[in-house]
Amino acid sequence: MRVAALRRVLPCLAWLLVHAAAAAGQVSVAVASNFTAPMQKIAAAFAADTGHTVAPAFGATGAFYAQIRNGAPFQMLLAADDETPARLEQEGLAAAGTRFAYATGRLALWSAQPGLVDGKGEVLARGGFERIALANPKLAPYGAAAVEAMARLQVLARLQPRFVQGENIAQALQFVATGNAPLGFVALSQVMVDGRIARGSAWVVPSSLHAPIRQDAVILAAGKGSAAASALAAYLRGDKARAIIRSFGYEL
Amino acid sequence: MPAFSAADFDAIWLTLKLATLTTALLLLLATPLAWWLARTASGWRAPVAAVVALPLVLPPTVLGFYLLVTMGPHGPVGQATQMLGLGTLPFTFAGLLVGSVIYSLPFAVQPLQHAFEAVGRRPMEVAATLRARPLDAFLSVAVPLARPGFVTAAILSFAHTVGEFGVVLMIGGNIPQQTRVVSTQIYGHVEALEYTQAHWLAGGMVLFSFAVLLALSLTSRRSLRVLG
Repeated sequence: MRVAALRRVLPCLAWLLVHAAAAAGQVSVAVASNFTAPMQKIAAAFAADTGHTVAPAFGATGAFYAQIRNGAPFQMLLAADDETPARLEQEGLAAAGTRFAYATGRLALWSAQPGLVDGKGEVLARGGFERIALANPKLAPYGAAAVEAMARLQVLARLQPRFVQGENIAQALQFVATGNAPLGFVALSQVMVDGRIARGSAWVVPSSLHAPIRQDAVILAAGKGSAAASALAAYLRGDKARAIIRSFGYEL
Repeated sequence: MPAFSAADFDAIWLTLKLATLTTALLLLLATPLAWWLARTASGWRAPVAAVVALPLVLPPTVLGFYLLVTMGPHGPVGQATQMLGLGTLPFTFAGLLVGSVIYSLPFAVQPLQHAFEAVGRRPMEVAATLRARPLDAFLSVAVPLARPGFVTAAILSFAHTVGEFGVVLMIGGNIPQQTRVVSTQIYGHVEALEYTQAHWLAGGMVLFSFAVLLALSLTSRRSLRVLG
């Protein structure tokens, strides 16, 4: 009796499972480290609203590029720049026509100490600090923007010997947060919570001082035809995600 | 296009300097420590041996993270170095040296300890009956007998320091001629998609490592056995 009942129930269960999986998929996303905090919030909201889940990996865009070229199974990339997604599309590693800007990054000069960084960034010209942290300008758009801003302010030559470079923007933040560098250039999103600087002191670098840090997203070859990936791409362009993105100091 | 850029040469030179100094310091530090571990009956032996072996097991990022925090301006080591007027150690060559010594410690201590254990107590007792003072006996009897252990310890410390990556990434700051070593330079080349330059440096590292291990097994079969 029981076995017979099981026989009837099991196919139903299997059917349910298969369809639940199709309806609520998982999308694996490579996310630039400056977008870590907003992505965590967006992923939670996205899961609550759509039932799809996000498996994010946070890291440096350049490293992700190398991994994707070598077969990493990411379905989507949220890059720190607009060049990497474009290149992936050209190389046929991303789904054509799925590229879009999800945020424009803002740069901040930040110190963990209150009062060290003034509201106009005059501390850069004043000096009085031994080290200044930034992301490697060769690798990270935020590092390149920092160098550009310092050049515009005509303090680059003087500050260059004091550079300590993180491999990416997350490491630059770590150097400043641990006090090993008294101040440094980080992504505004890393130090901003709910529209204000969470701790220490900061100067939001005017975007007129550097080329815009346009961050593009793209669906990768592995994500082609994935309902969850398209849903996330659409969600990132929706009002709810955009409000979250703005609350971390990005422009849109 | 030249095989190596000026920045690559700087990184190679810095790496060799770091590995040489680390090896010298480690031999000085590890010799008494290994001697003690090989001969003591103290209850501290097991815990000390475990601490010495920790860098074998811990991910370099764990070491790097704690070095960054403890040597930073708010950490105990950082406060001490600041009081001594030395500033803080992260982002300096001295800081990398401290990190490398800790990172490669087991590679110096363990071969030496095994070599000293292989020497045994008997030669030292004989030397003592011939009225050799302990230090004299150690230098003229134990050290020559443990020579393969010293060779292995030196080669492994040097090679392991050359291969260091995670610790430098965490506390280095990527400063040319001060903290930018070959491994981080390769990482930078890969991330910047400069694959040709990455290949030159990475291939060089493979050849170097192979040559070291080959030399080790050819010159001294005993010293390799000491490791096991």
